[in-house]
Amino acid sequence: MATLLLAAVVFGGVLLVIVIWFVSMYNDLVALRNMVKNAWAQIDVQLKRRHDLIPNLVETVKGYATHEKETLENVTRARAAAVSAEGVGAQSQAEQTLSGALGRLMLVVEAYPDLKANQNFLALQEELTSTENKVGFARQAYNDSVMRFNTKIQTVPANIVAGAFNFTAEEFFEVQEEAVREAPKVSFS
Amino acid sequence: MWEAIAANRRRSLLLITLMGLILLTFGACLGIFAAVQLGGGQETVSSNVILTGGTFGTLAALLIWVALWLTAVFQGDRILLRAAGAREMSALDDGRLGNVVDEMTIAAQLPRKPRVYLVEDPSPNAFAVGRKPENAAVAVTSGLLRLLNRDELQGVVAHEIAHIHNLDVRFMTMASVLVAGVELMSRGVLRGLVHGGGGRRTGGSRKGGGLPLLVIVVVFAILAPVAVRLLYLACSRWREYLADACAARFTRYPDGLASALEKISVDTSSLRPEKTAGALAPLYIINPLEKLSLAGLFATHPPTQNRIMILRGMGGRAGYVDYEAALRKVEGQKLRLTALEAAARADESVEARGPSAEPEPREKSIERAQKVNDLLDRFANYLILPCACGIRIKVPPNLERDEISCSRCDRVHVIPHAKRVQEAIAGVAVLGQALAGAKAVEAKAAALRYERREEGWEAFRCECGQTIQLGPGFPLDYTVCVACNRRIELKAGREKNDPEVVVNPSS
Repeated sequence: MATLLLAAVVFGGVLLVIVIWFVSMYNDLVALRNMVKNAWAQIDVQLKRRHDLIPNLVETVKGYATHEKETLENVTRARAAAVSAEGVGAQSQAEQTLSGALGRLMLVVEAYPDLKANQNFLALQEELTSTENKVGFARQAYNDSVMRFNTKIQTVPANIVAGAFNFTAEEFFEVQEEAVREAPKVSFS
Repeated sequence: MWEAIAANRRRSLLLITLMGLILLTFGACLGIFAAVQLGGGQETVSSNVILTGGTFGTLAALLIWVALWLTAVFQGDRILLRAAGAREMSALDDGRLGNVVDEMTIAAQLPRKPRVYLVEDPSPNAFAVGRKPENAAVAVTSGLLRLLNRDELQGVVAHEIAHIHNLDVRFMTMASVLVAGVELMSRGVLRGLVHGGGGRRTGGSRKGGGLPLLVIVVVFAILAPVAVRLLYLACSRWREYLADACAARFTRYPDGLASALEKISVDTSSLRPEKTAGALAPLYIINPLEKLSLAGLFATHPPTQNRIMILRGMGGRAGYVDYEAALRKVEGQKLRLTALEAAARADESVEARGPSAEPEPREKSIERAQKVNDLLDRFANYLILPCACGIRIKVPPNLERDEISCSRCDRVHVIPHAKRVQEAIAGVAVLGQALAGAKAVEAKAAALRYERREEGWEAFRCECGQTIQLGPGFPLDYTVCVACNRRIELKAGREKNDPEVVVNPSS
């Protein structure tokens, strides 16, 4: 009788430990997956910020660079396309086009010293650089957290929990060309 | 990354426990000693007295610890920021700094952007405070903003953000509280013994059980602060390395931080150790007290040279693995960074990016190159004479002339030699000898003498041809020639705000 009770207690204890371990592992995985989601949201936030900056930039440049109508129109068009793009593939394609158009605009601006001395333009330029950087860093953070999450769910012992609760590997934010990942090389000097 | 934090936390816990144990043991010893003393110093000390004394001592130490810790927790950030004279930046102040902090917040995935503070100080430096990543602050000096370009500023900010991210501030606050507690107690004990000990001993009633205890207490009072401080400094140093590794990982550009560290360390002329409270030192990116530290053992930061070498030696990569490899090359196998190893195990090597599109302004790069050149020339014993027309004339050490004319404006400059000053003094000495007849020996003893003309940098020649340079704050009234080992007396030039000082060469 006593032996049976002892066995039951030991069994119960082991079970309890396993359950606790299982729960904490599950919570870890959820936390990691949320980090991935947050990082993805951050990319979106920064891309939106870039879209918001562009009309201001175009307005400012328009006042000085009167002969660059076509370049400016390209930027505006690329922005409109990026704003309305749906889906990861289309969006990254549109952003890439927008980055290219912005890069060309910044090259053209080099020829207008008055514009380059404009405080408003300089502030916008700093904002744009920073936003490009932020897009890059957000993407980097996203990929880092995806890597962490994927490594976790593919390795023992977390893979048991991941398999049971259907955690699947997330996709990396791959960029087709250097241009987008590097966040356009805009020369600002 | 998380592995690094976990390893960090384990190690920190161990260290804190160790330091706490030292503090409590110290308290217990003190309590027992006090109880024995108060108990009348019987020949045999009852275990009861020891028990009560020990308990009281431990409790008192614990109380000190908790009190200091609570002050640090509730007031720490504000005290530190106020001590540094920091003011919070508004969005209008400097867009660049705010943006760079934003960028690094994203890269480090902090839950919230830290507050940004500006310290009006020409010396370039930065530090981070805040126990929780949700409620942290980064402070940067105005000198740093002026000195660094965007990439370098990013590196420095990334280093500070890494401190926040790795929960270093929380740990360092806890640790510095323990250091302060132990130091407080040991200072109290030593002072008490020096002032009160003599009188008691003459009373004659204290003997027996008191003496060995006294020895233990004194040994403790001397050793405990040193032990605690060493523990504290050791982890402060490896935390710096880890923060550098994180900064490289966050920015993907180790050269940015390396270049910033180079610029800051060249600029140490404006570091003012007397203005920085000792407690603030481990928080800064570069230790402002570095010149004062005795040896590597007592340094809060690893040598800046090593940090630069490691960052430069990452070979175009930016992962923890790469930092660890570079660290091993510079520091050898002896240094083990558990946290960094853990991070490196879970990480892949990542490629570094190129410099950002903002090149250094041309004037600034020329200025920097000039500074480096000056430094090299100074080591090669060249004498630099600034001419009024803006040119800097470099006089080689073996030039046997008294005057030199400027190649641009033909102004004639006198090359300062110690020799001529010495001749003049010798002449006065001869005159004095003729008058008094007795001071000849003394005049010969002070054979070399140089009168300072200004308070800034200046250089003169020793009789043997060696150029000697004096800095603005040179404190002594003599210097020794490195080549011929002769002593050269220095006399302060007339100071602008003190015209009454009359220079009397014969005195």
